[in-house]
Amino acid sequence: MPKTYYTEDHEWLSVEGGVATIGITDYAQEQLGDIVFVELPEAGKALAKGDTAVVVESVKAASDVYAPVDGEITEANEALASDPALVNSAATGDGWLWKMKLSDESQLAGLMDEAAYKAHIG
Amino acid sequence: MTGDDARHLPLEDIHRAAGAKFGPFAGWSMPLTYPAGVMKEHLHVREHAGLFDISHMKLFEVDGADAVALLDRACPLDAGAIAASQSKYTLLLNDKAGVLDDLIVTRLGGQRFMIVANAGNAAADEQHLRALARDLDMRITPLERVFLAIQGPEASAALSGTGIETEALTFMHGVEPKKDWFLTRSGYTGEDGFEIGLPEEDARALVARLLGDERVEWIGLAARDSLRLEAGLCLHGQDITADTNPVDAGLMWAIPKEIRATGAFVGADALREAIAQGPARKRVGLKPEGRQPVRAGSPLFDADGNPAGTVTSGGFGPSAGHPVAMGYVAAALAAPGTPLFADVRGAKIPVSIHPLPFTPHRYRKG
Repeated sequence: MPKTYYTEDHEWLSVEGGVATIGITDYAQEQLGDIVFVELPEAGKALAKGDTAVVVESVKAASDVYAPVDGEITEANEALASDPALVNSAATGDGWLWKMKLSDESQLAGLMDEAAYKAHIG
Repeated sequence: MTGDDARHLPLEDIHRAAGAKFGPFAGWSMPLTYPAGVMKEHLHVREHAGLFDISHMKLFEVDGADAVALLDRACPLDAGAIAASQSKYTLLLNDKAGVLDDLIVTRLGGQRFMIVANAGNAAADEQHLRALARDLDMRITPLERVFLAIQGPEASAALSGTGIETEALTFMHGVEPKKDWFLTRSGYTGEDGFEIGLPEEDARALVARLLGDERVEWIGLAARDSLRLEAGLCLHGQDITADTNPVDAGLMWAIPKEIRATGAFVGADALREAIAQGPARKRVGLKPEGRQPVRAGSPLFDADGNPAGTVTSGGFGPSAGHPVAMGYVAAALAAPGTPLFADVRGAKIPVSIHPLPFTPHRYRKG
């Protein structure tokens, strides 16, 4: 059963078997508006917490999405190349951004659960 | 600028009730998008009619015996040749022929003109005009008005549905249909449409009637920007600044030939020199290949990797269906189709020079 975590930067992580699927929250996609392009990362790239993993481009602006924990990218969501609007229509489902193998699962302890995230966005 | 310092639109409560998201622009807290979102809002304007609150822009009335003299001094314009109710796009230049602001000037009557100035420049424009007017006999009056735009192929029908006569007015003409009202057939989207300055109370009544028409929806600043960019229109502060002259900017169409030769406006000598030298760089449309937008500030390179210019506006064009951008390139590289590269976060994105506008203008020229 995957466990879901949230960050203050409005990302979600669904973690199962040491691999996290990561996307932005519904709140975040609503703030960004219509997404027209997602700059996807290459599989195999190592990321440290805080590194830019993905750039999400709305009509108006480009926004960085940061790696919430350390790890190595195993897969990017290639469906976003032809349909970036999935990030709007299914932010927490088919609009996921990338998957990464976690280097240090203890970092997850610093993230929020759903109740804490809901309180965070008020 | 923080939200607390920002100026607020008189109709802000109406925008809040409509679900607008606000953001800062030129010192104002402005509705950026409504719940439909920028993409749908943009397309709605191209297909139906969009209502914009542009009250951040400033109206100045210039009235008096020397009103024509002031305008001839401030702008590369033959103000005396403007017919009553005719509007002209013009510029305020500094003595280096740099663009301080772009304006719409409308002749209301014999010695009365209306100036529409950009929000971020309005205070400086007023100071500049007052300094130029010191020895002249006229009054410059900043007006407190709500300023609305209604734009799109159904704008005229929707506006006339409120009892305002629209069909007699053609593109770039303006009138005063009621006390303290100023109505022009103009806009900044590439579509047919109108801009209306009016007192707040009248504006509330007009907005209620317009929104009662199913063809009309509120449109935010985000779509206003993508619409004007597709239409190839300059945003002052980005595409034209005090460091760009009208020759490089491709705005010489706004300056009558005899004025270029003999006008005594501020910046005339520098402009004549710029004309004689020809443009070192040119403002052009840029079409990025693929779907990745290229934003303002991105440097441009030619096929050999030499610096070629800079992007000044860029985003996604919802009607064009692809990213659209505008910028300046070396004059030798300005021909349509010239392949260039934009640097986006270290990646080289192929872009080509594209004719402006990206979407054809559909003005009602009569």
